[in-house]
Amino acid sequence: MKVSMTVNGKPASAEVEARTLLVEYLREHLRLTGTHVGCDTTQCGACTVHINGDAVKSCTIFAVQCEGANVLTIEGLAKDGKLHPMQESFKENHGLQCGFCTPGMVMAGIDIRRRHKNPTEETVRHELEGNICRCTGYHNIVKAILTAKM
Amino acid sequence: MYQFEYHRATSVEDALAKLKKASDGKLVAGGMTLIPTMKQRLAQPSDLIDLGGLKDLRGIKVEGGKVVIGAMTRHFDVANSADVKKAIPALAVLAGGIGDPMVRYRGTIGGSIANSDPSADYPAAVLGLGATIKTNKREIAADSYFKGLFETALEAGEMITAVSFPVAKRAGYMKFPQPASRYAMVGVFVADTGSGIRVGVTGAGPCAFRAKDIEAALAKSFTPDAAGTVKIASKGLNSDIHGSAEYRAHLVSVMAKRAVAQALGG
Repeated sequence: MKVSMTVNGKPASAEVEARTLLVEYLREHLRLTGTHVGCDTTQCGACTVHINGDAVKSCTIFAVQCEGANVLTIEGLAKDGKLHPMQESFKENHGLQCGFCTPGMVMAGIDIRRRHKNPTEETVRHELEGNICRCTGYHNIVKAILTAKM
Repeated sequence: MYQFEYHRATSVEDALAKLKKASDGKLVAGGMTLIPTMKQRLAQPSDLIDLGGLKDLRGIKVEGGKVVIGAMTRHFDVANSADVKKAIPALAVLAGGIGDPMVRYRGTIGGSIANSDPSADYPAAVLGLGATIKTNKREIAADSYFKGLFETALEAGEMITAVSFPVAKRAGYMKFPQPASRYAMVGVFVADTGSGIRVGVTGAGPCAFRAKDIEAALAKSFTPDAAGTVKIASKGLNSDIHGSAEYRAHLVSVMAKRAVAQALGG
Protein backbone atom coordinates (compact mmCIF):
# COMPACT_ATOMS: atom_id res chain seq x y z
CA MET A 1 0.00 0.00 0.00
CA LYS A 2 0.99 3.58 -0.52
CA VAL A 3 2.05 5.62 2.49
CA SER A 4 2.90 9.31 2.66
CA MET A 5 4.30 11.22 5.59
CA THR A 6 6.64 14.06 6.40
CA VAL A 7 10.04 12.89 7.60
CA ASN A 8 12.43 15.49 9.01
CA GLY A 9 10.47 18.24 7.30
CA LYS A 10 10.47 16.66 3.84
CA PRO A 11 7.61 14.79 2.20
CA ALA A 12 8.26 11.07 1.76
CA SER A 13 6.04 8.47 0.16
CA ALA A 14 6.50 4.88 -0.92
CA GLU A 15 4.74 1.64 -1.68
CA VAL A 16 5.13 -0.65 1.34
CA GLU A 17 3.72 -3.91 2.65
CA ALA A 18 1.22 -3.39 5.45
CA ARG A 19 3.52 -5.28 7.83
CA THR A 20 6.43 -2.87 7.26
CA LEU A 21 7.33 -1.35 10.60
CA LEU A 22 8.05 2.36 10.72
CA VAL A 23 11.67 1.66 11.65
CA GLU A 24 12.05 -0.64 8.63
CA TYR A 25 10.54 2.03 6.42
CA LEU A 26 12.92 4.68 7.79
CA ARG A 27 16.02 2.52 7.56
CA GLU A 28 15.42 0.43 4.45
CA HIS A 29 13.25 2.62 2.24
CA LEU A 30 14.48 6.07 3.21
CA ARG A 31 17.99 4.95 4.17
CA LEU A 32 17.79 6.90 7.41
CA THR A 33 19.89 4.44 9.37
CA GLY A 34 20.45 6.68 12.37
CA THR A 35 17.39 5.13 14.02
CA HIS A 36 18.54 1.76 15.40
CA VAL A 37 16.82 -1.54 16.06
CA GLY A 38 18.09 -2.91 19.35
CA CYS A 39 15.63 -5.45 20.70
CA ASP A 40 12.71 -5.38 18.25
CA THR A 41 10.45 -6.21 21.23
CA THR A 42 9.42 -2.71 22.42
CA GLN A 43 11.82 -2.71 25.33
CA CYS A 44 15.13 -1.03 24.52
CA GLY A 45 14.09 2.30 22.97
CA ALA A 46 16.98 2.50 20.46
CA CYS A 47 14.36 3.02 17.73
CA THR A 48 12.71 6.04 19.41
CA VAL A 49 11.54 8.74 16.99
CA HIS A 50 9.02 11.55 17.37
CA ILE A 51 5.63 11.18 15.67
CA ASN A 52 3.66 14.43 15.70
CA GLY A 53 5.85 15.49 18.61
CA ASP A 54 5.43 12.35 20.74
CA ALA A 55 8.35 9.99 21.42
CA VAL A 56 7.35 6.58 20.07
CA LYS A 57 9.12 3.25 19.54
CA SER A 58 9.29 2.96 15.77
CA CYS A 59 9.65 -0.84 15.94
CA THR A 60 6.10 -1.08 17.33
CA ILE A 61 4.09 0.90 14.82
CA PHE A 62 3.45 0.12 11.18
CA ALA A 63 4.52 2.64 8.57
CA VAL A 64 0.95 2.67 7.22
CA GLN A 65 -0.26 3.86 10.63
CA CYS A 66 1.83 7.01 10.13
CA GLU A 67 -0.07 8.18 7.05
CA GLY A 68 0.02 11.99 7.05
CA ALA A 69 2.14 12.12 10.21
CA ASN A 70 5.08 14.34 10.96
CA VAL A 71 8.05 12.11 11.82
CA LEU A 72 11.29 13.40 13.29
CA THR A 73 14.37 11.16 13.45
CA ILE A 74 17.87 11.74 14.82
CA GLU A 75 18.92 12.91 11.33
CA GLY A 76 16.45 15.78 11.53
CA LEU A 77 17.74 17.34 14.75
CA ALA A 78 20.79 19.29 13.63
CA LYS A 79 19.99 22.57 11.87
CA ASP A 80 22.37 24.22 9.40
CA GLY A 81 25.29 22.14 10.56
CA LYS A 82 24.62 23.00 14.21
CA LEU A 83 23.85 20.18 16.63
CA HIS A 84 20.60 20.19 18.60
CA PRO A 85 21.23 21.27 22.24
CA MET A 86 20.52 17.69 23.37
CA GLN A 87 23.08 16.30 20.90
CA GLU A 88 25.54 18.97 22.02
CA SER A 89 24.99 17.96 25.65
CA PHE A 90 25.58 14.27 24.89
CA LYS A 91 28.84 15.31 23.21
CA GLU A 92 29.89 17.59 26.09
CA ASN A 93 29.12 15.00 28.76
CA HIS A 94 30.34 11.99 26.79
CA GLY A 95 26.84 10.55 27.12
CA LEU A 96 27.65 7.40 25.20
CA GLN A 97 29.93 4.42 25.12
CA CYS A 98 29.36 2.16 22.11
CA GLY A 99 26.77 4.59 20.73
CA PHE A 100 24.13 2.06 19.72
CA CYS A 101 21.39 3.29 22.07
CA THR A 102 22.36 6.95 21.57
CA PRO A 103 19.84 7.98 18.87
CA GLY A 104 17.00 6.67 21.03
CA MET A 105 18.45 8.25 24.17
CA VAL A 106 18.71 11.64 22.46
CA MET A 107 15.15 11.48 21.09
CA ALA A 108 13.80 10.33 24.48
CA GLY A 109 15.89 12.98 26.24
CA ILE A 110 14.32 15.75 24.19
CA ASP A 111 10.86 14.42 25.02
CA ILE A 112 11.71 14.24 28.74
CA ARG A 113 12.98 17.82 28.81
CA ARG A 114 9.90 19.04 26.95
CA ARG A 115 7.69 17.56 29.66
CA HIS A 116 9.98 18.42 32.59
CA LYS A 117 11.61 21.83 32.31
CA ASN A 118 13.93 21.39 35.30
CA PRO A 119 13.91 17.68 36.13
CA THR A 120 15.68 16.06 39.04
CA GLU A 121 18.13 13.23 38.46
CA GLU A 122 15.55 10.84 39.90
CA THR A 123 12.94 12.00 37.38
CA VAL A 124 15.31 11.55 34.44
CA ARG A 125 16.33 8.07 35.58
CA HIS A 126 12.69 7.10 36.03
CA GLU A 127 11.69 8.56 32.65
CA LEU A 128 14.45 6.53 30.96
CA GLU A 129 12.70 3.31 31.94
CA GLY A 130 12.06 2.49 28.28
CA ASN A 131 15.62 3.14 27.04
CA ILE A 132 18.27 0.55 27.69
CA CYS A 133 22.03 1.17 27.43
CA ARG A 134 23.70 -2.19 27.32
CA CYS A 135 27.09 -0.61 28.11
CA THR A 136 25.33 0.57 31.31
CA GLY A 137 26.59 4.07 30.57
CA TYR A 138 23.62 5.73 32.24
CA HIS A 139 25.58 8.10 34.46
CA ASN A 140 26.66 10.44 31.66
CA ILE A 141 23.45 9.94 29.69
CA VAL A 142 21.47 11.20 32.68
CA LYS A 143 23.94 14.08 33.12
CA ALA A 144 23.57 15.00 29.44
CA ILE A 145 19.76 15.07 29.64
CA LEU A 146 19.82 17.06 32.89
CA THR A 147 22.21 19.72 31.62
CA ALA A 148 21.08 20.11 27.97
CA LYS A 149 20.52 23.80 27.24
CA MET A 150 16.93 23.52 26.07
CA MET B 1 5.62 -11.30 10.81
CA TYR B 2 2.86 -12.79 8.69
CA GLN B 3 1.17 -10.73 5.99
CA PHE B 4 -2.16 -9.06 6.66
CA GLU B 5 -4.51 -6.58 5.06
CA TYR B 6 -4.59 -3.14 6.67
CA HIS B 7 -7.72 -0.99 6.92
CA ARG B 8 -8.35 2.42 8.49
CA ALA B 9 -11.66 2.67 10.34
CA THR B 10 -13.60 5.90 9.89
CA SER B 11 -16.20 5.20 12.60
CA VAL B 12 -17.16 2.54 15.12
CA GLU B 13 -19.74 1.17 12.64
CA ASP B 14 -17.16 1.15 9.84
CA ALA B 15 -14.63 -0.67 12.06
CA LEU B 16 -17.14 -3.38 12.95
CA ALA B 17 -18.32 -3.74 9.35
CA LYS B 18 -14.73 -4.23 8.22
CA LEU B 19 -14.13 -6.67 11.06
CA LYS B 20 -17.19 -8.68 10.05
CA LYS B 21 -16.01 -8.89 6.43
CA ALA B 22 -12.53 -10.15 7.38
CA SER B 23 -11.94 -13.89 7.70
CA ASP B 24 -9.94 -13.49 10.93
CA GLY B 25 -9.68 -9.78 11.55
CA LYS B 26 -8.50 -7.89 14.60
CA LEU B 27 -9.01 -4.33 15.79
CA VAL B 28 -5.82 -2.46 16.62
CA ALA B 29 -5.90 0.47 19.04
CA GLY B 30 -2.41 1.51 20.23
CA GLY B 31 -0.90 -1.81 19.17
CA MET B 32 1.41 -2.00 22.18
CA THR B 33 0.43 -5.61 22.84
CA LEU B 34 -0.90 -6.75 19.48
CA ILE B 35 2.10 -5.70 17.35
CA PRO B 36 4.70 -7.46 19.58
CA THR B 37 2.41 -10.52 19.60
CA MET B 38 2.23 -10.48 15.79
CA LYS B 39 6.00 -10.11 15.52
CA GLN B 40 6.40 -13.28 17.55
CA ARG B 41 3.88 -14.96 15.27
CA LEU B 42 1.66 -15.67 18.26
CA ALA B 43 -1.14 -13.86 16.42
CA GLN B 44 -1.86 -14.11 12.73
CA PRO B 45 -4.81 -11.87 11.89
CA SER B 46 -5.91 -11.84 8.26
CA ASP B 47 -6.86 -8.17 8.56
CA LEU B 48 -6.00 -5.33 10.91
CA ILE B 49 -8.58 -2.62 11.37
CA ASP B 50 -6.87 0.48 12.75
CA LEU B 51 -8.92 2.54 15.21
CA GLY B 52 -6.25 5.27 15.34
CA GLY B 53 -8.40 7.73 13.39
CA LEU B 54 -11.45 7.51 15.66
CA LYS B 55 -11.05 10.87 17.40
CA ASP B 56 -14.53 10.64 18.98
CA LEU B 57 -13.29 7.76 21.15
CA ARG B 58 -10.55 9.93 22.61
CA GLY B 59 -11.03 12.14 25.61
CA ILE B 60 -11.88 12.35 29.30
CA LYS B 61 -15.07 13.74 30.81
CA VAL B 62 -16.01 14.13 34.45
CA GLU B 63 -19.77 14.13 34.86
CA GLY B 64 -22.23 13.08 37.57
CA GLY B 65 -19.58 11.70 39.90
CA LYS B 66 -18.01 9.62 37.14
CA VAL B 67 -14.80 9.86 35.14
CA VAL B 68 -15.64 8.69 31.62
CA ILE B 69 -12.62 7.82 29.50
CA GLY B 70 -12.96 7.20 25.76
CA ALA B 71 -11.61 3.83 24.62
CA MET B 72 -8.88 5.36 22.42
CA THR B 73 -7.57 7.63 25.18
CA ARG B 74 -3.87 6.99 25.68
CA HIS B 75 -2.20 6.18 29.01
CA PHE B 76 -0.24 9.43 28.62
CA ASP B 77 -3.47 11.43 28.48
CA VAL B 78 -4.97 9.74 31.55
CA ALA B 79 -1.74 10.07 33.55
CA ASN B 80 -1.51 13.80 32.80
CA SER B 81 -5.19 14.74 32.91
CA ALA B 82 -5.85 17.45 35.52
CA ASP B 83 -9.43 16.14 35.77
CA VAL B 84 -8.35 12.56 36.54
CA LYS B 85 -5.67 13.73 38.98
CA LYS B 86 -8.31 15.70 40.85
CA ALA B 87 -11.16 13.15 40.76
CA ILE B 88 -9.30 9.81 41.10
CA PRO B 89 -5.58 10.49 41.65
CA ALA B 90 -4.83 6.75 41.97
CA LEU B 91 -6.09 6.20 38.41
CA ALA B 92 -3.63 8.80 37.10
CA VAL B 93 -0.86 7.13 39.10
CA LEU B 94 -1.80 3.76 37.59
CA ALA B 95 -1.82 5.08 34.01
CA GLY B 96 1.52 6.82 34.58
CA GLY B 97 3.10 3.54 35.63
CA ILE B 98 2.14 1.48 32.58
CA GLY B 99 5.10 0.43 30.42
CA ASP B 100 7.36 3.40 29.74
CA PRO B 101 6.85 6.93 28.36
CA MET B 102 6.97 5.79 24.72
CA VAL B 103 4.46 3.02 25.33
CA ARG B 104 2.17 5.47 27.14
CA TYR B 105 2.06 7.71 24.05
CA ARG B 106 0.52 4.85 22.06
CA GLY B 107 -1.23 2.41 24.40
CA THR B 108 -4.94 2.95 25.09
CA ILE B 109 -7.35 2.08 27.89
CA GLY B 110 -9.74 0.31 25.51
CA GLY B 111 -6.98 -1.84 24.08
CA SER B 112 -5.74 -2.81 27.52
CA ILE B 113 -9.16 -3.77 28.83
CA ALA B 114 -10.25 -5.58 25.66
CA ASN B 115 -7.07 -7.66 25.75
CA SER B 116 -7.32 -8.49 29.48
CA ASP B 117 -3.68 -9.45 29.87
CA PRO B 118 -3.32 -11.14 33.27
CA SER B 119 -0.59 -8.61 34.18
CA ALA B 120 -2.14 -5.43 32.76
CA ASP B 121 -2.68 -2.56 35.23
CA TYR B 122 -6.05 -1.16 34.15
CA PRO B 123 -8.13 -4.27 35.00
CA ALA B 124 -7.26 -3.76 38.71
CA ALA B 125 -8.77 -0.25 38.59
CA VAL B 126 -11.81 -1.41 36.60
CA LEU B 127 -12.63 -3.92 39.35
CA GLY B 128 -11.40 -1.80 42.24
CA LEU B 129 -13.55 1.18 41.32
CA GLY B 130 -16.47 -0.89 40.03
CA ALA B 131 -16.28 0.68 36.58
CA THR B 132 -18.74 0.22 33.73
CA ILE B 133 -17.46 -0.87 30.33
CA LYS B 134 -19.44 0.85 27.56
CA THR B 135 -19.57 -0.90 24.21
CA ASN B 136 -21.35 -0.29 20.92
CA LYS B 137 -24.09 -2.66 22.17
CA ARG B 138 -24.47 -2.33 25.94
CA GLU B 139 -22.95 -1.48 29.29
CA ILE B 140 -21.07 -4.21 31.16
CA ALA B 141 -20.46 -4.07 34.92
CA ALA B 142 -16.85 -4.66 35.96
CA ASP B 143 -17.84 -7.67 38.06
CA SER B 144 -19.16 -9.56 35.03
CA TYR B 145 -16.51 -8.45 32.53
CA PHE B 146 -13.30 -10.45 33.23
CA LYS B 147 -13.83 -14.12 32.40
CA GLY B 148 -10.39 -15.72 32.27
CA LEU B 149 -6.96 -15.60 30.66
CA PHE B 150 -7.30 -13.07 27.81
CA GLU B 151 -11.04 -13.73 27.99
CA THR B 152 -13.73 -11.10 28.58
CA ALA B 153 -17.48 -10.75 28.30
CA LEU B 154 -17.05 -9.00 24.92
CA GLU B 155 -18.88 -10.82 22.15
CA ALA B 156 -18.02 -11.07 18.47
CA GLY B 157 -18.80 -7.75 16.81
CA GLU B 158 -18.66 -5.88 20.11
CA MET B 159 -16.22 -3.07 20.76
CA ILE B 160 -15.42 -0.96 23.83
CA THR B 161 -16.23 2.72 23.30
CA ALA B 162 -15.59 4.09 26.80
CA VAL B 163 -14.96 3.15 30.41
CA SER B 164 -16.84 4.93 33.19
CA PHE B 165 -15.20 5.03 36.62
CA PRO B 166 -17.26 6.14 39.63
CA VAL B 167 -15.29 8.66 41.69
CA ALA B 168 -14.18 7.04 44.96
CA LYS B 169 -13.86 8.73 48.36
CA ARG B 170 -10.26 7.55 48.44
CA ALA B 171 -8.25 5.06 46.42
CA GLY B 172 -4.73 3.76 45.95
CA TYR B 173 -2.85 1.56 43.48
CA MET B 174 0.38 -0.23 44.12
CA LYS B 175 2.19 -2.79 42.01
CA PHE B 176 5.22 -4.98 42.30
CA PRO B 177 6.75 -4.87 38.82
CA GLN B 178 8.30 -8.01 37.41
CA PRO B 179 11.97 -6.99 37.39
CA ALA B 180 12.60 -7.55 33.67
CA SER B 181 9.34 -6.77 31.87
CA ARG B 182 8.07 -4.25 34.44
CA TYR B 183 4.58 -5.70 34.01
CA ALA B 184 2.70 -6.09 37.28
CA MET B 185 3.74 -9.31 38.99
CA VAL B 186 0.97 -8.28 41.35
CA GLY B 187 -0.93 -4.99 41.34
CA VAL B 188 -3.67 -4.05 43.80
CA PHE B 189 -6.20 -1.24 43.47
CA VAL B 190 -7.98 -0.40 46.72
CA ALA B 191 -10.97 1.94 46.74
CA ASP B 192 -13.30 3.27 49.40
CA THR B 193 -16.32 3.78 47.14
CA GLY B 194 -19.80 5.08 47.82
CA SER B 195 -20.98 1.46 47.94
CA GLY B 196 -18.30 -0.04 50.16
CA ILE B 197 -14.68 -1.12 49.92
CA ARG B 198 -13.48 -2.74 46.70
CA VAL B 199 -10.11 -4.36 46.05
CA GLY B 200 -9.10 -5.25 42.48
CA VAL B 201 -6.08 -7.49 41.93
CA THR B 202 -4.09 -7.95 38.73
CA GLY B 203 -1.05 -10.09 37.91
CA ALA B 204 -1.82 -12.75 40.49
CA GLY B 205 -4.44 -14.84 38.68
CA PRO B 206 -5.42 -15.77 35.11
CA CYS B 207 -7.36 -12.50 35.00
CA ALA B 208 -8.09 -9.64 37.38
CA PHE B 209 -10.24 -10.53 40.39
CA ARG B 210 -11.54 -9.00 43.63
CA ALA B 211 -9.91 -9.87 46.95
CA LYS B 212 -13.08 -10.17 49.01
CA ASP B 213 -11.26 -11.13 52.23
CA ILE B 214 -9.26 -7.92 52.10
CA GLU B 215 -12.43 -5.97 51.31
CA ALA B 216 -14.08 -7.40 54.44
CA ALA B 217 -11.05 -6.56 56.58
CA LEU B 218 -10.87 -3.00 55.24
CA ALA B 219 -14.61 -2.50 55.77
CA LYS B 220 -13.96 -3.00 59.49
CA SER B 221 -10.81 -0.91 59.58
CA PHE B 222 -9.47 1.05 56.60
CA THR B 223 -5.83 0.81 57.65
CA PRO B 224 -2.70 -0.62 55.99
CA ASP B 225 -2.32 -3.27 58.67
CA ALA B 226 -5.88 -4.51 58.26
CA ALA B 227 -5.09 -5.28 54.61
CA GLY B 228 -1.58 -6.56 55.26
CA THR B 229 -2.58 -9.21 57.77
CA VAL B 230 -5.10 -10.94 55.49
CA LYS B 231 -3.79 -14.27 54.22
CA ILE B 232 -4.65 -14.92 50.58
CA ALA B 233 -5.08 -18.51 49.38
CA SER B 234 -2.57 -19.40 46.66
CA LYS B 235 -4.80 -21.98 44.97
CA GLY B 236 -5.35 -21.12 41.29
CA LEU B 237 -2.88 -18.22 41.27
CA ASN B 238 -0.19 -17.79 38.61
CA SER B 239 3.15 -19.47 39.09
CA ASP B 240 6.23 -19.00 36.90
CA ILE B 241 10.00 -18.60 37.13
CA HIS B 242 9.54 -15.10 38.52
CA GLY B 243 7.36 -16.09 41.44
CA SER B 244 5.38 -19.02 42.82
CA ALA B 245 1.64 -18.87 43.50
CA GLU B 246 2.45 -18.65 47.24
CA TYR B 247 4.75 -15.68 46.62
CA ARG B 248 2.09 -13.92 44.56
CA ALA B 249 -0.54 -14.62 47.23
CA HIS B 250 1.71 -12.98 49.79
CA LEU B 251 2.35 -10.03 47.46
CA VAL B 252 -1.40 -9.40 47.18
CA SER B 253 -1.61 -8.57 50.91
CA VAL B 254 1.59 -6.52 50.82
CA MET B 255 0.52 -4.48 47.78
CA ALA B 256 -2.96 -4.00 49.32
CA LYS B 257 -1.32 -2.70 52.49
CA ARG B 258 0.76 -0.20 50.49
CA ALA B 259 -2.23 0.80 48.35
CA VAL B 260 -4.23 1.60 51.49
CA ALA B 261 -1.34 3.71 52.78
CA GLN B 262 -1.34 5.56 49.45
CA ALA B 263 -5.13 6.03 49.64
CA LEU B 264 -4.68 7.54 53.11
CA GLY B 265 -2.15 9.97 51.68
CA GLY B 266 0.96 8.17 52.89
